[in-house]
Amino acid sequence: MSETEVLKTPLHGLHLELGARMTPFAGYDMPLQYGLGILKEHLHTRDQAGLFDVSHMGQVALRPRSGDIADAALALERLVPVDILGLAEGRQRYALFTNRAGGIEDDLMVANRADHLFVVVNAACKEVDFAHMQTHLSDACEVEWLDGRALLALQGPKAEAALAALAPGCAAMRFMDVSTLNVNGVDCVVSRSGYSGEDGYEISVPEGAAAGLARALLEHEAVEPIGLGARDSLRLEAGLCLYGADLDPATSPVEASLTWAIQKARRTGGAREGGFPGAERILRELAEGPARKRVGILPEGRAPVRGGAELFADEDGGAPIGSVTSGAFGPSLGGPMAMGYVAATHAATGTPLFAEVRGKRLAVQVADMPFITPGYKRN
Amino acid sequence: MLKFTDDHEWLNIENGIATVGITGHATEQLGDLVFVELPEVGAEFGEGDTAATLESVKAASDVYAPLAGEITEINDAIVDDPAIVNSDPTGEGWFFKIKLADASAAEGLMDEDAYKAMVG
Repeated sequence: MSETEVLKTPLHGLHLELGARMTPFAGYDMPLQYGLGILKEHLHTRDQAGLFDVSHMGQVALRPRSGDIADAALALERLVPVDILGLAEGRQRYALFTNRAGGIEDDLMVANRADHLFVVVNAACKEVDFAHMQTHLSDACEVEWLDGRALLALQGPKAEAALAALAPGCAAMRFMDVSTLNVNGVDCVVSRSGYSGEDGYEISVPEGAAAGLARALLEHEAVEPIGLGARDSLRLEAGLCLYGADLDPATSPVEASLTWAIQKARRTGGAREGGFPGAERILRELAEGPARKRVGILPEGRAPVRGGAELFADEDGGAPIGSVTSGAFGPSLGGPMAMGYVAATHAATGTPLFAEVRGKRLAVQVADMPFITPGYKRN
Repeated sequence: MLKFTDDHEWLNIENGIATVGITGHATEQLGDLVFVELPEVGAEFGEGDTAATLESVKAASDVYAPLAGEITEINDAIVDDPAIVNSDPTGEGWFFKIKLADASAAEGLMDEDAYKAMVG
């Protein structure tokens, strides 16, 4: 992709028609917010349902050359510290590409689609991720861009009702299920997952049908279009990481408090122990604990503490013991919230710390995440 | 006398005291405000000094002293409820009153027509 070319998703025209304020993001011209504004869009998603265009993300199919999905799963396990072989057909799982130093190159979603693995990666990393998969997986898999597809996210407690009006089968799905559903007359790959902390779906749809599907969903009384601004505050309230802010090539999954994403099969003593980039560091940190850790941070006052703010153990003097990687006002929380990395010695919930903002040290506390109660449909 | 700055602040000047706030154009650009930090009464500022800090859902930004002077009054209501600035930026959403060191300096600021021309 050239440096100057601004990319557009298949919904670009619809965003403009809906009066979106657009912003450049990962090379794309994307909606930052619509008429409601970030605060109301956020609250609407938690209360009703929000429709997000996430077509800028990368959609990739890994097709096993042998025809056996287990071969694709074992191949992908070379790149992620995640149990892919154990991922049942029709199920989705969170994963991480690690590097040889044990850091994180990207985070992704992987679904078992019976004859292939369906992978969704971040927009800003997708070219690099694709090349990475081609280099390391081509012996076992065909690595194929699904670039003729848009991706819509429908999130919120009314998402099921809104999507069920077009595809009744969606109601039977549970959190992290993936299936093919006919939505609005078109076959789509639908997962019951998302990035808001709410129940909801992500819908991979052929690009020619994307605007029509978006319009059909927006016709539902509960559904409003939601921009990237609210997407960020929703994910932060839900305690979810943003790659490039909260995760980076120097940070390990253990430091990032993502040990839940490393299943037993890949850990020391597991059936397929190690065998992913950076295994030595990651398995050591799992055993011994990391030197620093991602934690939630709640400011005691009302001033938001943003990414980049340094954290201190004391109100005066001393060296920083960590820093904030994401911070904002939480509309549903009704106050400021943040996440960041602190020395393991200061990572216990309730630890009082100070965040430096505009030269002042503001009182904050290490806090559990998520900051809201998630609405995932687990049963 | 109503005046405006390049930084999208308005000043309503009466008897050498300017009531200062930000314009509707500024609030639209900032988005929903969630935090306001105001100066203390009695604080003295030079022209262009940072006098207040705003945080919207998107980012932090500064409000500058449009002219040199001393703060005589602040609007605590917007500290308790920053949304007032979004809903009524040129009325209930005022920030502070500043006693101008040199009232004639206001002559150099834009009038309403010039400001409207600037923001288009």
